[in-house]
Amino acid sequence: MTYRITRREFGLGAAAGGAVLAAPGIIGSAHAANKPIKIGSLLPRSGYEGIIGQGCQRAVDLAKRMLPEMGYAIEVVDADTESKPEVARTQAEKLISEGVDILVGAFDSGQTFSIAQVAEQRGVPFVINIGSDPAITEQGYKFIFRNFPTSVMLGTNGLARFNDLFAATHTSPKTAVLMIVNDTFGQTMLKGINALMPKANLPFHIVETISYDPQAKDLSIEVAKAKAAKADIHMVVTRLNDAILMVREMVKQRYEPMGIISPGSPGMYQTQFMKVLGKYADYAITNIPWIDPKQSFAHTFQATWDKAYPGEVCTLDAGFTFEGFLIIGDAYKRAGSAKPQAMVEALKATNIKDRIMIGGPITFNEKGQNVNLPSGVLQIQHGKPTVVLPEQYSEAKPVFPVPGWSKRA
Amino acid sequence: MRGAGPVALSPRTALALAGFVAIMVVLPFIANDYIVSVLVVVLFSAYFGQSWNIITGFTGQLSLGHALYVGLGAYTSAALFVHFDLSPWLGMPAGMAVAAIAGSLIAALSFRFRVGGVYFALLTIAFSEFVRILFDHFKWVGATEGLFLPVANLAHDDPLHLRGSPTMFYYFLLALTLGVLGLSHLLLNRRVGYYWQAIREDEEAAQALGIDVFRCKVMAMALSAALTALGGGFLAFYDNNLYPDTAFSLGRSIEIITAPIIGGLGTLFGPILGAFLLTSLGETMTNLTSGWEIAGLKQWFYGAALLLIVALLPSGIWPWLRRVIGLEESGR
Amino acid sequence: MLYLNIIIAGLLTGLVYGLMALGLSVIFGVIRVVNFAHGEMMVMAMYAVYLANTFTGIDPLLLLPLVALALFGFGYALQRLLINRYITRPEHEQFLLLLAVATIITASLLMGFGPDARNVQLGYAYDSFQIGALLLDKVRVFAAAGAAAGTAALWAFFRFTRTGKAIRACADNHFAAQVVGLDVKRLYAVTFGLGAACVGAAGCLMLLLVDVQPYISTDYTLLAFIIVILGGLGSMPGALLGGVIVGVSEAVSGFVIEPSFKSAFSFGLLILVLLVRPQGLLGRA
Repeated sequence: MTYRITRREFGLGAAAGGAVLAAPGIIGSAHAANKPIKIGSLLPRSGYEGIIGQGCQRAVDLAKRMLPEMGYAIEVVDADTESKPEVARTQAEKLISEGVDILVGAFDSGQTFSIAQVAEQRGVPFVINIGSDPAITEQGYKFIFRNFPTSVMLGTNGLARFNDLFAATHTSPKTAVLMIVNDTFGQTMLKGINALMPKANLPFHIVETISYDPQAKDLSIEVAKAKAAKADIHMVVTRLNDAILMVREMVKQRYEPMGIISPGSPGMYQTQFMKVLGKYADYAITNIPWIDPKQSFAHTFQATWDKAYPGEVCTLDAGFTFEGFLIIGDAYKRAGSAKPQAMVEALKATNIKDRIMIGGPITFNEKGQNVNLPSGVLQIQHGKPTVVLPEQYSEAKPVFPVPGWSKRA
Repeated sequence: MRGAGPVALSPRTALALAGFVAIMVVLPFIANDYIVSVLVVVLFSAYFGQSWNIITGFTGQLSLGHALYVGLGAYTSAALFVHFDLSPWLGMPAGMAVAAIAGSLIAALSFRFRVGGVYFALLTIAFSEFVRILFDHFKWVGATEGLFLPVANLAHDDPLHLRGSPTMFYYFLLALTLGVLGLSHLLLNRRVGYYWQAIREDEEAAQALGIDVFRCKVMAMALSAALTALGGGFLAFYDNNLYPDTAFSLGRSIEIITAPIIGGLGTLFGPILGAFLLTSLGETMTNLTSGWEIAGLKQWFYGAALLLIVALLPSGIWPWLRRVIGLEESGR
Repeated sequence: MLYLNIIIAGLLTGLVYGLMALGLSVIFGVIRVVNFAHGEMMVMAMYAVYLANTFTGIDPLLLLPLVALALFGFGYALQRLLINRYITRPEHEQFLLLLAVATIITASLLMGFGPDARNVQLGYAYDSFQIGALLLDKVRVFAAAGAAAGTAALWAFFRFTRTGKAIRACADNHFAAQVVGLDVKRLYAVTFGLGAACVGAAGCLMLLLVDVQPYISTDYTLLAFIIVILGGLGSMPGALLGGVIVGVSEAVSGFVIEPSFKSAFSFGLLILVLLVRPQGLLGRA
């Protein structure tokens, strides 16, 4: 749509332009960026992943509010994948036929993969905000961009932080027992850990690996096995419910390792974990990307979240979900057009410094993957997830070894 | 489990069928990709339902673990493709063989030991779940990490390797569904079909008449399993990712049987009608409830609809429908 | 000693499983209805207990009689109003009917409570009894005691009350029972109610052990069937025995082989029993 500038508008525009250019992040775009880009947001809002999906949806709702206020013209259409890949696929098709310019989603790797195929086939760009299966960016797709660490990256970055933790607390554990959930995520992490352990120069070795069913409602056997291994540290890859079950059993069975450390899995920082376990949730450590406590934009985001959703922890899921929309808004601003090819070029050139998660600017490599997503060391202190390392992002000092169960305040 | 007796298709039914096929063939040219992808789901449902109909609808043995064969067909063809570059047109028959063996084994074991009715149904669930957990640890096919098929250039269709657009799969699935329909019609009018129905109606009487009940039941199961596995193979190449939890899930088994029961168990067109109705119901629900953001609302309506149909039309919708639109005289 | 801990934990859990399966045994054994909504009824009870506990703070063990009563009413009504017509219908119709009921229950719970896992916060949740080197989880012991009490109560009902004997008569010989003048329809409703009450009691106890979520129901339905078939249809001690066997075997196999194989073991057991001894360990042939 052409927009003919009158002389009066030109004068006003020149004056406004000066002001506009001075504002951060806004590059001159006098045409077409008035029309918002239509984003199709796919999340599992029902089905067995409903809890997480609804958590992410909160971040989406914040994005709908905050991003237009910051000058990004976006319009969001929400869709529910129902935690099923077939539904993810048909919903993606539906959104595209309703005219969305770009897709974002979808948390679960299986569903994300289905959507990626549709996106690639139809030539619609797809920004993955959460989804860790490495295979997704290994298919040679041209329309897929992922701003989330692969499980391999999570494992590598997570393991790297162990040495930082030991150095900061002057400890040197010799043995570890590893409890892993037997699902896609857990198994890819396990593979990664096994491959990385020899090169990571860690002072401890894994004496036993215990793999358990994600649907397990009772982890007493597994914890008993772990306790019997008599290792210094208890390393875990869990989801939320099993993390709660596990810690409860550890308390009941009076199993007190030096600490519970996750190289990068969900669970031990989510709202439910702290709510249910109370004081026993404290001191659990997860090495994972997190909201940067020292960054000003992240601060704004965190504050807005806390006001809108008091009592809900702002997790990395929320942060990455939001960043997905930020990336799209930013690319659209630079592209000036919502056409797929223009967006793809703009996305490739992404370089966002004012972001939410810890780490350098958001960029994508030639496979569409952001490889600049380090993990921080996150420890629950006084019921709140707190970044304790690396020092440049930390809000408090790490506590390790952790106090025994009976000694908790 | 009442189905109509063996008949030839009446002229009116044949005409209606021809009309239906014509519409289906032309549809992708006039409908958008979303509709096509929904129809692919419908066709998969119809195909699986019809395959299942053979052991449960025609022969009267309730199998609640049919996802087992979907999974076996899917994993066999996918694994052979990923590891040995074997064309799906060879891999899928291999999957059918694996499933037929599994089905025969389960049937033979069960019927040899006189396990029938509800117990047989539970046995099929047990086998399916057992294999699912086995595959959770089967590293060669990815275990819980999943098996991914390399997705090549999707710009053009490659029927030889089953790589292509939803439209290509649509036509394959349409052919499959019509094929299994034709096969069922054929078998129902042959001796083996009569034997199956006799077993369904009164097993003891059939046995007394000299029918080799055991052999017939195992054959029905093997055929049903093999056909289901063929569909599983196509599913693997359509989805391009496989996880034991979704391939072998109990939820899938239940999905497979819902359409044919709603449509009309033991009838020829029941499964297809059921598939269309259920999927439309599901999509309508999604559209209706999309503004309301209440998790579970869609499932609630689904369950209520199911309840209504079971309460009011227990033989399924097709028997009632064909009475209403006057195809009764000799149609199926 | 570690093994003993594990076996005893399995045994205690198994008793609660047994009570849950008992409900199914009663329903299936007497009315011959395939209750595929069994797990869903238990989950309903679990949510009811959760609500009551959250609002009143009363311990689930004390809420048990109330919840059992409520579930009795639900079961009675369900049987009388809906299921009764389906008793003589083919299995797949019963299955689909109860599947529909189960779907509606699960969806309603999902709408009402959301997908988050809920549990009760008990004061003694983290305590254990220490007997020598044995570490017994207090909660588990209480739950098992409750299950044993519930089973005993049910057994006494069937043994000593008139209605109980009438129900047993129905189960033994439906036709003769009618000849003798028993109101079979009412008795069936009472039986379903009793089965539901069992499952309700089991739910109270189960909430002590696990968290409740709308989606856990199917696993428990399957588990109930496995236990009932293992122990033997129509046998009450069989249901308990089956429960204990499943509880202990899960515990031991999880420890010895691998925890993620636990359910495979139960299914394998089911297959074995169905093929080798379909009437179950204590069932009548």
